[in-house]
Amino acid sequence: MNDALPTFLIGLLFGAGLAVSDMIDPARVLAFLDVAGAWDPTLAFVMAGALAVTAIGYRLVFRRPRPALAVRFALPTRTDLDARLVGGATLFGIGWGLAGYCPGPAIAGLSLARWETAVFVAAMLAGMAVTRMIVMRPTRKAA
Amino acid sequence: MDITSSLLGLAGGAMIGLAAVLAMGLFGRTTGVSGILGGVFDDPTDIAWRLEFLAGLAVGPLAYAAIAGAMPQVEIAASLPLLVLGGLMVGIGTQLSAGCTSGHGVCGVARGARRSIVATVTFMAAAMATVFLIRHVLGV
Repeated sequence: MNDALPTFLIGLLFGAGLAVSDMIDPARVLAFLDVAGAWDPTLAFVMAGALAVTAIGYRLVFRRPRPALAVRFALPTRTDLDARLVGGATLFGIGWGLAGYCPGPAIAGLSLARWETAVFVAAMLAGMAVTRMIVMRPTRKAA
Repeated sequence: MDITSSLLGLAGGAMIGLAAVLAMGLFGRTTGVSGILGGVFDDPTDIAWRLEFLAGLAVGPLAYAAIAGAMPQVEIAASLPLLVLGGLMVGIGTQLSAGCTSGHGVCGVARGARRSIVATVTFMAAAMATVFLIRHVLGV
């Protein structure tokens, strides 16, 4: 497929960014989350850099009628706030605080071949599969 | 404050942002890692691009290491039960709330999406409360 290389390279850029910023290190992430300890602001700088580039870049991209290599922009359209959003985010936050990993750095961290990362990713995928296939299947509309 | 870490944080963040902009500009897709992962379990015909992106994501740190001349050093303090419990909660929670740090935190917040802003504030607060409880109340 023609899209394979650019898609791979976009993932590569993302993963390299996580390594450059050191977000691949759970200890660094937990040091940001530990507001009452020796607080490390690095994650805030990462978010600031990512948000600045994305906000400006999206603005330019959305001026065009459609993406360069696809038919349309696939964007979430829901704007309502529900218990599933807040409850899910709470569950995610607790898990993030327990292990120091969120999905992006966990996948990128597989490159370092640590068993701890593999265990986390396996459990995360199991949680995702169960939720997608059992909890959400009956209510979700085609994406 | 460590200036080098802050600058590298900004630079790495800008790379993550550039990846988000390229994915939207070329393919009209958000770079939300939990959504890209979760979709693997949905539609068997829509998996190829997901695996291509995820392969790149997993190789990215090695590309950085090749240029920097050293592998990133990480410290994973969580015990086996916490890794399993944390992984399950991250997996279930991100699918229920339809996004994680990248999908809600970067892509959603960057376009001012209300649901993403609420989700991001919520998971940040929950994560900080969890770390506070573990480190300063339970004293683990």
